[in-house]
This record gives sequence, structure tokens and C-alpha cells, in this order.
Amino acid sequence: MSLNKSNHWFFALTMLLLLAIGIGIGISVGSSGLGSLQNAWRDDVAWQIIWQIRLPRTLGAFAAGALLGLAGALAQGLFRNPLADPYLLGSASGATLGVALALAFYGGNQFAPDAFVRVGLTGAAFIGALFAVVLTLLLAKGVQHTMRLLLAGVIVGVVMGAIASLISLMRPDVLQNMQGFLLGSTAFIGWSAFFVMVCVLLPCLCLAWFFGFAMDALSLGESTALSLGVPLRSMRIVLVLLVALATGTAVAQTGLIAFVGLAAPHLVRSTTSVKSASLAILSALMGGVLLLVADILARSVIAPQELPVGVLTAVLGGGYLLWLMYRNQNQGGLR
Amino acid sequence: MTKSSRAIQASNIHVSLNGQEVLHGVDLKIRAGYWTSIVGPNGAGKSTLLKVLAGLLEFQGEVLVFDTPLNNLKAKERAQQISWLGQNEAASDDLTVWNVVMLGRLPYQDWMAAPSSQDIQAVEIALQSTQAWDWRQRRVGQLSAGEKQRVLLARAIAVQSPLMLMDEPLTNLDPPHQVDWLEQVRCLTAQGKTVVSVLHEVGMALHADDMVLMQAGRIVHQGTCSDPTTHRAIETVFDNRIAIQSIHSHWVAVPNMLRST
Repeated sequence: MSLNKSNHWFFALTMLLLLAIGIGIGISVGSSGLGSLQNAWRDDVAWQIIWQIRLPRTLGAFAAGALLGLAGALAQGLFRNPLADPYLLGSASGATLGVALALAFYGGNQFAPDAFVRVGLTGAAFIGALFAVVLTLLLAKGVQHTMRLLLAGVIVGVVMGAIASLISLMRPDVLQNMQGFLLGSTAFIGWSAFFVMVCVLLPCLCLAWFFGFAMDALSLGESTALSLGVPLRSMRIVLVLLVALATGTAVAQTGLIAFVGLAAPHLVRSTTSVKSASLAILSALMGGVLLLVADILARSVIAPQELPVGVLTAVLGGGYLLWLMYRNQNQGGLR
Repeated sequence: MTKSSRAIQASNIHVSLNGQEVLHGVDLKIRAGYWTSIVGPNGAGKSTLLKVLAGLLEFQGEVLVFDTPLNNLKAKERAQQISWLGQNEAASDDLTVWNVVMLGRLPYQDWMAAPSSQDIQAVEIALQSTQAWDWRQRRVGQLSAGEKQRVLLARAIAVQSPLMLMDEPLTNLDPPHQVDWLEQVRCLTAQGKTVVSVLHEVGMALHADDMVLMQAGRIVHQGTCSDPTTHRAIETVFDNRIAIQSIHSHWVAVPNMLRST
């Protein structure tokens, strides 16, 4: 108990230390190299690169990863399923469809540095993600049957992704924006996008902490949770909204970034024993650090060019998942 | 809650699942302070009835718990009165044993409040009584199926409710720990608690004080376990494939092989 708490603090402090190191590296890496950082105090252009591009991008990558990590932890707790990644429940495809529809109607530039556009896209992504999760739950007739739930999530994801592709094909201006979006990129995160994500992340973390006890009780099964007086219905509604909001917000700013939501809670659980409330917070920190590291790698692997960070997380995350399955194959599957 | 001679009184209970009626006007009385086992063939409606008594299923009719209508109890009040151990209940592999058992104290805890000294004491007693104390810091995922079942029993005991409902509590328990469970139930009833359990093991169920026999969504017999009419009713319900006999002053169910010879 006290051992676990000290583990949690150690884990959280390690993540914060990695965040600080990541910020340091993040503002040093880019097409203009370390020179921008060295000349930042003397050169206005270098200062602009650091202050307007690298710093918000670095912090934004952390915030987006934190949202995805949080959404993953909540989805896995809510659905009592270690594979319940926000993407597997269709919410990311729903958010993509929401963004595609918003772009088709709005017709503006997805990456315009305009706070209003950011909030609008976030709202569209949230509604799309929420719609997809609700549709998945309706198709699966609840959350009791894991296979049906995952199958429904895959179907909803594929159909919504197809509709988003159709919209993109019908509107060439949307297609250009959506291509970058589908690959997943942190390159266009500015201060407005960062603040939108932080404004969503903080209340989501608080609510996840408040509902942690209910997710712990839910891990005993629905009947037992009900027998303990847990308000299951209202808890489910709040948590589904949180998953949709966190996923939608991250997807609206960065596009599709795979596996962070799935891997972050697994990495936390493989390190320390946690209750749901702590898992949500630590998964957010872990998700943030994961995407921050991925973003730095995306900028440096083939510098001065860069990889789409979504491609990098897909490769690294997929590899990690395969390793996890291999490691746990004698222990009854994923933990 | 006032002291009542009846822990549960159910009248004319009807339950439908997926549009099909599975309980057809069940009437039931459970004595307070005793252990009652519910027995019957597969699909008789035993688990459904237990869920109704726990307030976990919608039903038509009336259920009184210690003379109070079940539907009048608020969720927390009900949770303090009735402890539930479900069939195939699971716990997150990531939680420690201590944290799982502490979940049994949720009905007494305010939102976000730290466990009180009573909560901690209740968890300690529950862990010690189920011999799970030594694993309290271990993750549930590190335990065997039988050990997990004992932890879940400890979770149910930690509620410290006057009424305990258990659906197939002997699942995954080896014979020595089944005997431990029997002793645990005896200990609970000695403390004045009422225990109602659904059991498939007729031999174990015969150790109860009272027995409720169900068949096809109806109660076909209710009586004490030592009553010969109860024994005959058991044999009838199970199509005379088992016989109830006395061995060393204990009632046991033995396979009746006559039909196959």
C-alpha cells in the first residue's frame, strides 16, 4: 500500500523528469538544428522558431499523448478490456469523420492557427467520436461481450473511415488537409491548439480521478459494482463522454496517432500496481512522454526532413504490442 | 434495521429476461440468522432469484428485506444491508488483494474519502478469516483461481452486512477450502448474519440449515435440510438420479446408478 504509493510518486516524478528533458531536446531539434536555440536571445527569427514553433509543438505533443493515454486508461477500465484502445472502439475514426465533415462544410485550412477553428474542429471531432462510441455500444448491445464489442468497434471504425475518405475524395481541398491528418502529425500544433488540449485535459483528469473508485468496483463485474451502491449508469455516461472528448480533442489537433492510447496504460501496469484513479493520471503522463519522444524521433531520424509522428507510433506501438503478446503468451494473453 | 425473524420475504415474484418469463410467481421466506441454500437443476432460475433478492434485477412482486421493501432502499442502504458474491466474479489483475477487499467498504465511504479505521479493521478481519492476509500486498493477477475466490469472499465479508447472498461461492475452491468456506458460513451465522447461497454441490448444500428447491422457475419445496421430506424432494427434482443418505450423521448425495444398470 505505502509501497505502491511511493512507486506511484517515483513513476510520476520519473515521467516529469523525462518531460523536462524532452522539452529541452524538443526545442533543440528541428530543420534549423541547435543553432536556433543558441541564437534565440540575439536573433528574432531564431526566437520565433523556438517560441512559436518548437515549444508549442513539443508541449502540444505531450498534451496530445496525455489525452490519448488518459482515453486509453479510461476505455480499458470502463470496458474491462485491456484491448479497449480508443481507436478500437471506433472513436478515432468517428473523430476523423467529424473533422472531415467540419472541413467540408467550413472549407478552411485545418492547420490555420486560429483558436476558433481549433475549438470548432475539436467540437466536430468530439461529436464524431461520441457518435462512434455510442454506435459501437449499440451494435455490441452493451459492454458485456468483449468480442462483440471489439468487432462492433472495428466495423464502426472501418465504415466511418470509409465515409471520411469518400468526403475527402469528393472535396479536393479537404483531401489535401485530410492526408496530413490521417498520417498523424504534431508539426502544426501552435499555442492555440496546445491550450485547447490543456483546457480539455485538466478537467478530464479531475473527473477520471473522481470516478476511479467506480472503475475499481466495476472491475469486479457489473452486478457486484451495483451491489456496492455504485451509480453505474451515470458513471458510464460520464466516462464514455470523457473517452470521446479526450480522443476527439487529441485527434482534432494531431490527426490519427496510433497505439499511444493502448500502450500507455499497459506500460504503467507493467511497472506498478495501480488503482484506476492513479492509472488514469500515470497513463496520461506516460502517453504524453511517449508521444513527446516519438515527436523528437520523428524530427531527428531523417533530419532535416521529418517523419509523420503517427507513422512512427504505429511502427513502434505495433512492435511493442507484438512483444507484449509474445511475452504474455504463457500467461493467458495481455495484461 | 430492526431485528426481524425473517431476513427476506418475497411474494409473487415474476421476472422476464429477453421477453421470456423465467420466474413464475415465486413466494419465499428466509429465516434471519440462518444459512439457506438454493438448489435445483440447471436453468431452474436459482441465480435469477438470487439477483432479484439482491436488488440487481427488475421484477414484479414484492421483496421485503428485514421487513423493509427492497425497492424503498436507496442504493447505499441496500449495499450496507446486502452483501453480494456473484457467480464468476472477477477482479482486476492489477489491483492488490488489499485494494480489492477494501472495495467491500464502498457502501460506507464518502466520495473520495480515505478509509476509516473501521474500514481498515473490517478488511483486516475479512482477510484473516479467509486466510488471505499473507497475500494482501500481492496483485490479484499473481493468485491462483482458488486464491482469487477466497479474496472475493473476503471482499464480500468486508461489507459486514446482516445478509449475504452468494452465487456458486465454491467455484474454483479445492475440498479443504470448501470446508473452510463451510466453517466461514457457520461463523457468520453464529454472529447472527443470514447467508443465502446458490450451490450446485448438493452434498455441500445439505450442510445448510434450510433448503429451497427450484425447478423450471418455481419453488417446489422449502424446508430444513434435516427433514426427510426435503431429501425426497431433492431426489424428485433431480429425476431420482441422486439419493440422499446419512453417513456418519451427515447427509450426503450419492449417485443413483439404478437407472443405468
